[in-house]
Amino acid sequence: MSASAATLPRRPPRRALNELIVTEAKCAWRAPVGLALGVLVPVVLLVILGSAGGLKKTVPGSNPPVTYMTTYVPVLIGLVLVMVALISLPIVLVNQREHAFLRRLSTTPVAPRWLLAAQVMVNFVLAVVAMILIVAGATVFYHVPAPAQLGGFVLSALLATAALFAIGLFIAAVAANGVVAAVLGTLFLYPLIFFAGLYVPRQSMSPTMRHISDYTPLGAGVHAMLSSMQGSFPPVQPLLVMAAWAVVFGLAAVKLFRWE
Amino acid sequence: MAPVIHAPESRVVASPSLAHPVIEVSGLRKSYGSTLAVQDVSLEVEDGEIFGILGPNGAGKTTTVECISGLRKPDSGTISVLGLDPQRDRAALRERVGVQLQEGTLRPQLTVAETVHLFASFYPQPGATEELIDMLGLGAKRNTYYRRLSGGQKQRLSIALALVGNPQIAILDELTTGLDPQARRETWRLIETVRDRGITILLVTHFMDEAERLCNRVAVIDSGRVVALDTPAGLAEREGGGNHMRFRPSKPFDDRVLTGLAEVDRVEHEGPRMAVSGTGELFNAVVHALTAAGVEALEVQLESATLEDAFLRLVQPSPKGREEVTTP
Repeated sequence: MSASAATLPRRPPRRALNELIVTEAKCAWRAPVGLALGVLVPVVLLVILGSAGGLKKTVPGSNPPVTYMTTYVPVLIGLVLVMVALISLPIVLVNQREHAFLRRLSTTPVAPRWLLAAQVMVNFVLAVVAMILIVAGATVFYHVPAPAQLGGFVLSALLATAALFAIGLFIAAVAANGVVAAVLGTLFLYPLIFFAGLYVPRQSMSPTMRHISDYTPLGAGVHAMLSSMQGSFPPVQPLLVMAAWAVVFGLAAVKLFRWE
Repeated sequence: MAPVIHAPESRVVASPSLAHPVIEVSGLRKSYGSTLAVQDVSLEVEDGEIFGILGPNGAGKTTTVECISGLRKPDSGTISVLGLDPQRDRAALRERVGVQLQEGTLRPQLTVAETVHLFASFYPQPGATEELIDMLGLGAKRNTYYRRLSGGQKQRLSIALALVGNPQIAILDELTTGLDPQARRETWRLIETVRDRGITILLVTHFMDEAERLCNRVAVIDSGRVVALDTPAGLAEREGGGNHMRFRPSKPFDDRVLTGLAEVDRVEHEGPRMAVSGTGELFNAVVHALTAAGVEALEVQLESATLEDAFLRLVQPSPKGREEVTTP
């Protein structure tokens, strides 16, 4: 027995990661916090905004001209990201640490970081589905032109996702329990979504406000996505801003993450 | 409380068939900050036995098994599990050692079958999950969500997960804490079934009856040290203050009838009655010697040391009064 054990593979089977992703997806479906906040809320908001007549007007001074509705599409994508990355992801991870499930995993051949990977994967898929619903819904039902510079749009959306997920993982890393995670998530959520332009569109912000917005991950994300929707490849600055948030918070999360 | 006399011959402990250690701990020491959790623990667990780690709360039991299972890094001392170093050979160790943790919950949104299936996927050579679920008496609860299980069912699921990887060693921490008496007995039977499959079991407990019922050998840990290590019966006899017998002789006789016996340590007169203390087959030896001397022992009272007596003497400075057991 001991002789054969020495020849066994030292890494857990690949099916372990698949199995973890599938079960995490089941849990996300059965306790649909992320689904409700990350998909339902932004989609409902899209319908409400789309049905409000005033948003069909062109933003004065916009070049090329865009409607207010168009400017709201990247903001709603920002809303998807704060809900999924700042609320759903950290709370589930912190709960699993609090309930010693991560610790339980570390007694098996599977490292707890696999569960983290599965969680990120499931929430990523959730975010992508919601983003597709927002863009497709806006295009099909509310006369928003499809992103003209699709590559630039996808890149911008992915960088915004990376930045927000890094912040979410940072929250999961430092929050001692689910309540702290929820509080921290909310503390990040409001300023980020404000500077994305949910309450006041970026176009209507004062120069100072817009300048601050340029350096927030979602302000930069909305800027980059809107440029792509208007047909030009996004400027370098917002892309770098998002990448910087992703790297800084990602490294901090890796350094600070506690498994128990 | 115990209604029956524990005659020594009824407590014969089956010694493991293959006596070679699968767990070797030597000079283990572990502190958390300024708190010394484990001071000096050395023990060996033999292949195929149920080995108990017994001790009061905070004695260092859990820290000891956490070091053995590789969850914590010892400050000093050596640990070898199946010839592996729990820190250096973590991956190999985890495939062959199943662990049930004292605390922690599983995913409330997953069913019993989903949970067992998930954990089975972690191991290179998992056992048959459906069979395991049935063996643990969870067949009827296969599709029940974890959050809807009773405490005993959760505990059995937790044991199932410790076994699903086909381990050679199962480490079970506070196995029956919080279970009702019925569930505890069921769990004990289950552990015996697991042992019969050849799995070595390291059991952490603070219940004497559990250790007495299940363990081939126990190590008593107090304040981070092993204060005794023996079979439960051996501990009871050696550390429990011996056996005691009181009776009224049918007629006077010479004390030397009894003091000459190897089993007898002390003979005292208490008015018309006599008190004899000693070890081993005290009762049989005394009755035999009295009969040979033509004396009958009347109104016999026996006090037999239990594991609990031994435990209380070992972990506390002052011994507690022993249970009195009267012959029918």
